[in-house]
Amino acid sequence: MGFDLILFYVFAAIAAVMALLVVVQSNPVYSVLLLIGSFIGLAGLYVLLDAPFVAVIQIIVYAGAIMVLFLFVVMLLNAPREEPAPSGLLESGATRAIGAVLAVVFALELAWALSRSRTLATTDAYDMPRSFSVPDIGQRLFQDYAFAFEATSILILVAMIGALSLAARHVLEGRRRG
Amino acid sequence: MDAFTPVVIAQLAILGFVFVMLLSAAAGMVYAERKVAARIQQRMGPTLVGPYGLLQPLADIIKLAMKEDLRPKAADPILFALAPIISAAAAFTAFAVVPFGAETDFFGLLDQRIPLQVADVNVAILWVFAVTSMGVYGIVLAGWSSNSKYSLLGALRSSAQMISYELSYGMALAAVLLLAGSMSIREIVDSQAGSWFSVIPRWFIFLQPIGFFIFMTAGVAETNRAPFDFPEAEQELVAGYHTEYSSMSFAMFFLAEYINMVTVSAIATNLYLGGWHGPLLPVWLGWLWFLAKVGFLLFFYIWMRWTLPRYRYDQLMAFGWKFLLPLSVINLLVTAAGVLYFGL
Repeated sequence: MGFDLILFYVFAAIAAVMALLVVVQSNPVYSVLLLIGSFIGLAGLYVLLDAPFVAVIQIIVYAGAIMVLFLFVVMLLNAPREEPAPSGLLESGATRAIGAVLAVVFALELAWALSRSRTLATTDAYDMPRSFSVPDIGQRLFQDYAFAFEATSILILVAMIGALSLAARHVLEGRRRG
Repeated sequence: MDAFTPVVIAQLAILGFVFVMLLSAAAGMVYAERKVAARIQQRMGPTLVGPYGLLQPLADIIKLAMKEDLRPKAADPILFALAPIISAAAAFTAFAVVPFGAETDFFGLLDQRIPLQVADVNVAILWVFAVTSMGVYGIVLAGWSSNSKYSLLGALRSSAQMISYELSYGMALAAVLLLAGSMSIREIVDSQAGSWFSVIPRWFIFLQPIGFFIFMTAGVAETNRAPFDFPEAEQELVAGYHTEYSSMSFAMFFLAEYINMVTVSAIATNLYLGGWHGPLLPVWLGWLWFLAKVGFLLFFYIWMRWTLPRYRYDQLMAFGWKFLLPLSVINLLVTAAGVLYFGL
């Protein structure tokens, strides 16, 4: 158990510190890379939870596919630094006060949620298997949640067609004209 | 804490062995590539350094290590240093789940049998995918951080190519998963033991000839090798994403490329060619079969590079999306129907 606990703190620290650094430093390319690091830390936590499938999917889908897209956008826009916020807005006392109040509310909310989660986590209310095998996940996805799965696929298809028609608008118009 | 049991020590030994073997495989590939290329072009190849030029890779490494590590003034220093490390680390990590021999107790030295691989994971195939997709970052970052147009173009081409061919690669693998009913490479290999009519070995290549073709084509594209070596097309892009690299950081990209070739060959061997199963040899010598098969596929890689001319970039994309992907979808459907209705 001791070794698992050390690993938990290592992965949790990677995920949390990198997520924090994403926000704190100002180079967008570094932000993307740090976010990937944070996702890899999360994947480590999934492995500790006996869910290697979820961990690998986390890396393939989030750290692999989606972040490549982010990286391309950031690289091709070639924004070396994030532009600082317009000066007047940040300096004024009112915005600072609102920010401070929001921060306190958020901190209280977080503390409340964390204090409740301990009682939830220790109960064995869920009669779920300890670890999902890949066939289990497939069965659930294509039988119990088949409708949600298909609905998602249609949504993605609609989004793809929308993106294509936006990107190819001038091509289509040119063809119509000429 | 009783951490260092003989089994743990044996597993650490396997880990170190795989690391050293991958390094030497890369060195061996440098030699083999130069020698085979030379023979195909009716030359002798390296002959001066050591007997038959065998020490040539060592000389190459020393030469690279002695060179100055140059970095363009406008490059991003952190990412420029990080990119080759990501590439090499991803290449090594992918091999972690590849088994290379039957379970063994090392002639009775251990009181339990351990698998000849670094980690027997039950999502091994997906692991290879995940790590390969991390390897893309090494190339993209190398291209971007160099702040040079050749590097950036090479990196963009390379990543577009890898993303396009990953789909067909995955579809070809999925067909094998259907046949074996498992995602652990070890179990896939073990489901290929034995033979049909005691003549034809029960390898998946005979059930999945199209799948093997798709896998190898996509594998060549994934590793950016000729005839799909656009990222480093010398005539157009100088040297692609590693144009600005020199010395050991350049060597790391080459190391990554050669190790990726070994990994693709090893996975193809395990998935389609029966891994360490083969006639004549006893099970505990199965790793000899494994080495022979991987060696043949690696030779095939080199052979192809010096035989086929490079495609054009649009041909590559059209081939990937309009031929290979539909073919792999059909292959997957037919395999699924075969498993469902005929119980293959």
